[in-house]
Amino acid sequence: MLTFILRRLLLLPLVVLGTTILIFALTQLLSPAMRASLFVRDANQMRDLPAIVRKYGLDRPFYEQYGTWLRGVLRGDLGYSFVARQTVAEAIRGYFPMTVELTVLSFGLIVGVGIWLGTLSAVHKDRWIDHLSRVLSIAGTGLPTFVWGLALLLLFYGILPWFPPGRLSLEADLFVHSDQFRRYTGMMTVDALLNRQWWIFWDALRHLVLPSLTLAYFIAAVLVRVTRSSMLETLRQDYVRTARAKGLDEPTVIRKHARRNALIPVITLSSLVLVGLLSGAVITETIFDLPGIGRWGAQAAAQLDIAAVTGFALFVAVLTVLGNMAADILYALVDPRIRY
Amino acid sequence: MPGVRATATSLAHPAPTRMAAWRSGTLDLLRRLRRNPLSVVGLGLIVFFVLVAILAPVLAPPPPGHRDPYQIPHESFAPDPRPPHPGHPFGTTTEQFDLYYGIVWGTRTAFRVSLTVIGISVAIGLVVGGLAGYRGGRVDELFMRLTDVFLAFPGLILAVVIVAILGKGLDKVLIALSLVSWPTYARLLRGEILSIRQRDFVEAARALGAGDLRIFVRHVIPNTIYPVVVYGSLDMASVVISAAALSFLGLGAEVGYADWGMLINLSRSWIIGSPGHALEYWFTFVFPGLAISLFVLGWNLLGDAFRDILDPRLRGSQ
Repeated sequence: MLTFILRRLLLLPLVVLGTTILIFALTQLLSPAMRASLFVRDANQMRDLPAIVRKYGLDRPFYEQYGTWLRGVLRGDLGYSFVARQTVAEAIRGYFPMTVELTVLSFGLIVGVGIWLGTLSAVHKDRWIDHLSRVLSIAGTGLPTFVWGLALLLLFYGILPWFPPGRLSLEADLFVHSDQFRRYTGMMTVDALLNRQWWIFWDALRHLVLPSLTLAYFIAAVLVRVTRSSMLETLRQDYVRTARAKGLDEPTVIRKHARRNALIPVITLSSLVLVGLLSGAVITETIFDLPGIGRWGAQAAAQLDIAAVTGFALFVAVLTVLGNMAADILYALVDPRIRY
Repeated sequence: MPGVRATATSLAHPAPTRMAAWRSGTLDLLRRLRRNPLSVVGLGLIVFFVLVAILAPVLAPPPPGHRDPYQIPHESFAPDPRPPHPGHPFGTTTEQFDLYYGIVWGTRTAFRVSLTVIGISVAIGLVVGGLAGYRGGRVDELFMRLTDVFLAFPGLILAVVIVAILGKGLDKVLIALSLVSWPTYARLLRGEILSIRQRDFVEAARALGAGDLRIFVRHVIPNTIYPVVVYGSLDMASVVISAAALSFLGLGAEVGYADWGMLINLSRSWIIGSPGHALEYWFTFVFPGLAISLFVLGWNLLGDAFRDILDPRLRGSQ
């Protein structure tokens, strides 16, 4: 087990290095002047781009430039994002907590609803709950995130004024920016609890309901289908029959004997869940106007803020690689049959 | 197992021609498709969209003197969308682009985008996956690490980055999505080719003196078609979603181009009507949203059906 984890950890820098080469190769398609913006650290420097091209040797061979760029990245120097009006590193630090808040909440919904509904669906196969969950999951895999998100916004903001877009309501936002409120984590719900400001907590949570439903639906739909088929498979196994034969009550059979084993294939989905959450965050944060890393990335791409786009891509790639590795290790821990 | 199926058919019909075998395979596929009502719905939806795409010039004829049929005609630049009325059955968007026209011609855009992206991805995947699987060794290792790097990114985010660097536009979206999709095909084809390479009929062909290229083109590739069809049909939906998502983020088709994502992007500012009339501009969102959802649903149902039929291991365990 330990050697497996160590081997994965050793491979990690290689894949990350590969991703940096890919991103850098992509930026080489741009003119030297545009690439110079990668080295700019505040707005005033934008005027001296030709000088920067010379200073950083942006007309030199690929590998030399890559070395310079990589050294900068390792120091945490990713350039200046004019969309965020701050350096890329600061922007990531500022925007990421919002995305964490959103994805953690969605993740809870995905796992809770997906596994619960999938189990229920398998246990009551061909009953109304099964049909309902199958219709919901087919609809879920068919609805693009942006259509579903806009539909939710239309229903629960347009018709029923329950859940407004944005991160906080105006008065909460004013209070958060005053001296009475300390920002510990940058995650509004957590900070509100730490400050004992319950109304801010409710306000922040209310603004997260629609976005997390939007983000969760598609992945939860996939999870329901996988859990259901895996559960059906497990319920046919001999050890389930044995458990029933020795007189265990049905809930125990399902919870302790069937579901635990049925969840193993579900864990293979965790990298899909992570990738889905990160991609979905770009769309969801854009729809609901949430100041997260995804909306920033999308805005940067639309306004050709190259430093921001590369920084964003690099950050997401590292997150994905780390997440996938965690999933692999988790998978090996859960299922002793798996050895690499 | 496609190879096994081919042998079984040839036993049943002595000396069948290639064409006849193919036709009986297709008939078999259609017969199985009919058994599941959801598959029929999926097939129906896709046939409907194919018809709309083919008949676009009849269903929504471009006005006379209109140069590019993919540019949605508009009569004025008035900002407020107008509800359905004679001459504009689905209403008009902001700047008075006709929604009906945009949706009908957008069907062609959807097919063009998805077929182009999948075509390019399969072509790259075939070369990379083919070389990796057939040659093995160092080539294999190199190419598979390359796919690892591409797969380290969430696809949509890599596509966003590529479009940002190449510049906005639908053609850039096509390039970006192809660059994002090929690694999956390369892996799929590599796996298939690895297993086919060992089969007896490849050995037989080699014994008869066939060269590498001939074996690859005549024997290996035809036997990898089914998994590519299954994955490709499921991928049609996600390519269209990704392309529309890029248009939705303002990176894809230009305003006024017949594209569903562009229309949904236009509807974003009109989701909520004026106070007291929340549903005032429902049509700007509902029609294009419905079009893309039904298209995606159709391909998903059809892709599931293909998978159930063509992959016997999954048969019966939905």
